[in-house]
Amino acid sequence: MEQLLNDFLLSKAWYFIAARGLTAIVILMSIAAYAVLLERKASAWIQGRVGPNRTNHPLIAWIPFVGTFLQKGGFIQPAADGLKFLFKEDPLPGHVRKTTYILAPIVALAPALLALVMLPFGRLPTGEVITLCPGADIGVLFMFAISSLGVYGIALAGWSANSKYPFLGAVRGSAQLISYELAMGLSVLTVFLATAKPDQDNALSLVSMVDAQTGVWNIFYHPIAALVFLICIFAEANRHPFDMPESETDLVGGFHTEYGSFKFGLFFVAEYSHMIIGSSLFIVMFLGGWHFVPGVPTVGSGLIASLFGVAWFFFKLCAFLFFFVWVRWTIPRFRYDQVMRIGWRVLLPVAVLNLLAYFLWYAVKG
Amino acid sequence: MAIKVVERRPLSLAERTYLPQILAGLKVTWDNMLRPPVTLQYPEERPTIPNGYRGVPTLVRDPNGREKCVSCQLCEFVCPPKAIRITPGEIAPTATNAHVEKAPQEFEINMLRCIYCGLCQEVCPEEAIWLQSQYSMTGTNREMMVNNKAKLYELGGALPDSHYKWDRKKAEAERQAESGH
Repeated sequence: MEQLLNDFLLSKAWYFIAARGLTAIVILMSIAAYAVLLERKASAWIQGRVGPNRTNHPLIAWIPFVGTFLQKGGFIQPAADGLKFLFKEDPLPGHVRKTTYILAPIVALAPALLALVMLPFGRLPTGEVITLCPGADIGVLFMFAISSLGVYGIALAGWSANSKYPFLGAVRGSAQLISYELAMGLSVLTVFLATAKPDQDNALSLVSMVDAQTGVWNIFYHPIAALVFLICIFAEANRHPFDMPESETDLVGGFHTEYGSFKFGLFFVAEYSHMIIGSSLFIVMFLGGWHFVPGVPTVGSGLIASLFGVAWFFFKLCAFLFFFVWVRWTIPRFRYDQVMRIGWRVLLPVAVLNLLAYFLWYAVKG
Repeated sequence: MAIKVVERRPLSLAERTYLPQILAGLKVTWDNMLRPPVTLQYPEERPTIPNGYRGVPTLVRDPNGREKCVSCQLCEFVCPPKAIRITPGEIAPTATNAHVEKAPQEFEINMLRCIYCGLCQEVCPEEAIWLQSQYSMTGTNREMMVNNKAKLYELGGALPDSHYKWDRKKAEAERQAESGH
């Protein structure tokens, strides 16, 4: 017993893993919170408004310049939003299936957080990859498998709410995910076909994918696969123009109609986490990960290079999140039958043909 | 009438992919984003109120500082939500405006009832009640939302007058008295 306790409490690996996990959760949650701010600000700019610029705390407002800047930029707003969600009354409607109703937001958020452990976002000067789960060689499989589980949260929420609109939203969400998963997988397969060598270890690792892009980025070799994948991550993240499960104009609030306060907040964070995961996957697979520009992998050397790499990855992520928002305020939502038609009759054939074309190309080239 | 047949071309391949349209749309939103916002930062910046704006109803004085209301109570009767309450009063015979028939002793407009319809202004024979430029009416209790006579004159101020009806009546009466009628 004592031995066990010693092992459990004194083993440094345990603390290290817990600390890393906690750091990742905190970072992801804050990026998601600030993605909400980005959404609000960018939508305001596009619509000729100013966006959140009032929220502040007296202690922060007291700092000259910085306080004003933080207030004008709305940087305190996410904290206020989060606190609001925390302190609101958490109602449990009488007509819901209670177990699944409470479970659904957790099931929605957990895969989003879990999928992130495989994400590589930089390289230490020693050559080690900065990620939560180093050495895993099935990165892309894991991320696809886990992040697709997020739809269970939507399905559970819609089912347990026990009313029409959430149910419709959940059914739509499930159908949409199934439709776009195929095209997504096929488009990714094309890329891995190109980068993985026949006798290579770690062929499905995201790190080797980034390493393969030191020269030309994959988006230039595989523009069609990139386009298909881009459309699919919009659909997988349930973002406009594919936000079928939510579509507030025809389904009230979609799957989370019956939710309020912190449970709704969890759904909100889960949606933005899926955006973050989708963007990161796109960056890693098509936009060269932490590499600077095509042909110029790094700037500087040693520690500077690795810090710059992480910062550059973060910059790409922010730009991509902005792209999500930009598209949202540009294109109207597709009708449900249009979503299905795009998924099955356009994206899937295009992805298959693209894969076949690359098969033939490699067969001829040898 | 000549019938013009509109040519309905089949969509080209580029149009059917929908991608050029999306790119054009993205450009539109991008251009919009670079424009300055049209927001008015309200409590700090105030809108310019155009002439003829119908805000809070007020009582006005004429340029000589005489109160114009003669407490005929037409506005009180016409007011659809019954927001106006007038207590008519006599004018002291020694007052400088003793030639005017009456003046309100108290004049209250309950802004919790007022619907800003402007019928009071329309019906007033003396042009004494005006809906003016004040648009923000706030208070922390019900009493604060009832404008009494002093508050109404404070809000109203003086407006130019082209008639001077009661001065002319007085002058006419004096002229007639002089000529012995």
